[in-house]
Amino acid sequence: MHMADALISPPVGAAMWAVSAATIAYSSAKIRKGLDDHVTPLMGVLGAFLFAAQMINFSIPATGSSGHLGGGLLLAILLGPHAAFLTLASVLVVQALFFADGGILALGCNIFNIGFIPAFIVYPLVYKQLIGTAQNSTRQKTAIILSAMIALQLGPLCVVLETCLSGISALPFSTFLLFMQPIHLAIGIVEGIITLAIVSFVRKARPEILLDALAARPVDPHPVKKLVLAFLAAAIITGGLVSWFASENPDGLEWAIAKVTGQEALQGATGIHTALATLQEKSALLPDYSIKAKTAAAPTDPYGRWGTTASGLLGVLLTLSGITLSGIALRKTAALSRKPLPSGEYGSGR
Amino acid sequence: MIDNSIMDFRQLDLLAGGDSVIHRLDPRTKVLVTLAFIIAVVSFDRYALGALLPFVLFPVATMAIANLPVGFFAAKVMLVSLVAVAIGIFNPLLDSQVLVRIGNVGISAGWVSFGSIILRSALTITAALLLTATTGFSAICQALGRLGMPEVFVRQLQFMYRYLFVLTEEAQRMARARELRSFGKGGQGIRALSSMVGHLLLRTWERAERIHIAMRCRGFNGRMAASCSTGFGLVDLLFLLGWITLFTLLRLYDLPRLIGDTIMTLTL
Amino acid sequence: MSHHIVAARQLSFSYPDGTPALKEVSFCIHHGESVAVIGANGAGKSTLLLHLNGYLAPAAGQVQIGEAAVTRHNLDEVRRTVGMVFQNPDDQLFMPTVYDDVAFGPLNLGRAPDEVERSVRTALASVGAAHLADKPPYRLSGGEKKRVAIATVLAMDPAILVMDEPTAGLDPFSRRELIGLLQAFNHTRIITSHDLDMVAEVCQRVIVLHEGGVRADGPLREIFADAQLLHDCRLEPPLSMQSCVNCGTPATGGNHLKQNDYVCASAEAT
Repeated sequence: MHMADALISPPVGAAMWAVSAATIAYSSAKIRKGLDDHVTPLMGVLGAFLFAAQMINFSIPATGSSGHLGGGLLLAILLGPHAAFLTLASVLVVQALFFADGGILALGCNIFNIGFIPAFIVYPLVYKQLIGTAQNSTRQKTAIILSAMIALQLGPLCVVLETCLSGISALPFSTFLLFMQPIHLAIGIVEGIITLAIVSFVRKARPEILLDALAARPVDPHPVKKLVLAFLAAAIITGGLVSWFASENPDGLEWAIAKVTGQEALQGATGIHTALATLQEKSALLPDYSIKAKTAAAPTDPYGRWGTTASGLLGVLLTLSGITLSGIALRKTAALSRKPLPSGEYGSGR
Repeated sequence: MIDNSIMDFRQLDLLAGGDSVIHRLDPRTKVLVTLAFIIAVVSFDRYALGALLPFVLFPVATMAIANLPVGFFAAKVMLVSLVAVAIGIFNPLLDSQVLVRIGNVGISAGWVSFGSIILRSALTITAALLLTATTGFSAICQALGRLGMPEVFVRQLQFMYRYLFVLTEEAQRMARARELRSFGKGGQGIRALSSMVGHLLLRTWERAERIHIAMRCRGFNGRMAASCSTGFGLVDLLFLLGWITLFTLLRLYDLPRLIGDTIMTLTL
Repeated sequence: MSHHIVAARQLSFSYPDGTPALKEVSFCIHHGESVAVIGANGAGKSTLLLHLNGYLAPAAGQVQIGEAAVTRHNLDEVRRTVGMVFQNPDDQLFMPTVYDDVAFGPLNLGRAPDEVERSVRTALASVGAAHLADKPPYRLSGGEKKRVAIATVLAMDPAILVMDEPTAGLDPFSRRELIGLLQAFNHTRIITSHDLDMVAEVCQRVIVLHEGGVRADGPLREIFADAQLLHDCRLEPPLSMQSCVNCGTPATGGNHLKQNDYVCASAEAT
């Protein structure tokens, strides 16, 4: 499941961006150093493949719903962790930009949950350990299905953690967890079966593909462990720093601006500024509640019970009509300064 | 289903080929403004609703100036917002303290934060789609590259995007062929999917090998030579500074509240 | 490389799984010749083409381009001299825009930016695709893709053009345009195709491959007149050279022949 921008707070978004960006840089450097120039087209085309394969739905037995392939583990098995991670990340970028699956700020979270976890945690620490060096088929089945299940437990776990840390949704951690994990247990088993079927198919048709993947990319567990620790540290530090800003200074942005422009400029207050500020403070419709709203309508409301709401609604109405009007005006001016387009070419999609 | 998503995809790509002041801006400008917009929107606390509304100006102005079809984006936003709705709908159930009263009707904090989630979702989704529709994917990749993204990843994004069209069509043909012979039930299961995806994977692999041959035949040796593109001009600077200033102001001051209060003070 | 000859001497090749693909293939093609390599599916045509620019290295024998044999050390020079146009243009056009794609080869050759620009523009103009420069490849029609794929190769100024199935999948009009283009080139041309009518219009000489070996090599008209040979190699004469369907009068055949001329004059009169 994709994280959405709407459910995420800037500290969490920034922390996960930091981790994902660092991993992209690290994996890119690895790929660049590799001498194998055939991975360039291979990664590109496999990204497109995964994207296309995800569009083919299948019905999940006994549920009546339909699902699609995730593909993280599959790519890691075919390409090794670095190339698989970059390929998965590129698919997520396209999904964020074209289908708004997730979103731009949540992209860091999604790249971590869907890309980093299968490629850098499950593949080296679970799959490689389980499969060992043997080409035993039972062992392989177990390795693939278990790895897929673990990947699809860790991913949703991160979704839950990220959502709860953000604090936009009011869902308590345990409720959300109990809701997500069992569903993804089923999804993980299905993912494991499909991955296994595809890997077996490839083994039959083009065995050298899998042998190449095994031979060319041995994974040394130590750097991976170090890597995981390093990135966890990076995430905690970034997230911690940003949330420290956010909590120390209820309005992080305001604080940052005060820092940049100098305290005096903001607080040292011309007449109008103070007037506006007090006005805003007195009339705040939705004051800065930490987690749960404590009070109902503010007792200090200068205009009485109706006043606050009315002025709020009035302001909202005026703002929206202002925006609508400016939209229409802008469109008209833009249309005047533009050559007429052939009709239909940019028509509505529906 | 698969046909629809491909149609939407192509539509956005076509829109990016349009010509307007916004289309002509340096892609980096648009990437940065979109990022600033999203950060400003999501940085509001969970009960912010009125203060978020002025941000609607950005998508409205972009759609107006770039002459984009409003209906298309509205439909897409509604579709994608479902995730946010699914998670957000728990807020009214769990957070039932009354926060606002209109007359005698109390509105709970949960409903306010639910409304806030929906509005955030609509704003951030629209911003992402508008970036794509006014810039085009390839230009966004180049912009990210010039903003410091590793060259290997830029190349990966461009390569993948090129073959998305080829492979989604291939998958579409396979899905159609399956549907025509499955009569509603049989053949839609995991077995058929695995086999289809397996075949698609092998064909893709062979295609990658052919592309590699074609690249080697034209002197490819592992490094991609870059080509240059547009520069950052005065219009870009104004656009960037203008929007970022506005976002900052709107983040600091609750505009609808200011307007409402000013009018109330004047009339009372 | 003054004479631009392309020669194969006793060329043999087997796939990694041991299947033999080429068996002692020998021929010599001279400057400016237009030669078709024809044969049934799996006869070894594509494998042969991949040897001509050194992508595949022969198990035995050698390929000679100009005065030098193809070795690992002169691959760059060979690939610049021998331009290869693949059957599926989607495999050949991999860059974000047509311009970038045509510039890919020249940039890899390390040419100066203004020189790259010039060769890209010239190459696109020579295939009538100058207006497509800024388009992404996935928005081109089949015929446009094919012409741009040829331009990507022309931009490197090759002396020899090697084309795999140039007319496959094209509509009749695009095919006709492409034939015009191929006739206009004065490069040495080596073409594989199942479109034998196109071959009849573009080439003077035909090499017939059968099960990995050269079965016949000679002037086009002679080869296409030998019905038994063609039948043995799972081929048949092009429509333009088949006998009249109505009365059996043999067609005259050859390059000058108009398309669809297979109903002879006497049959038309009756």
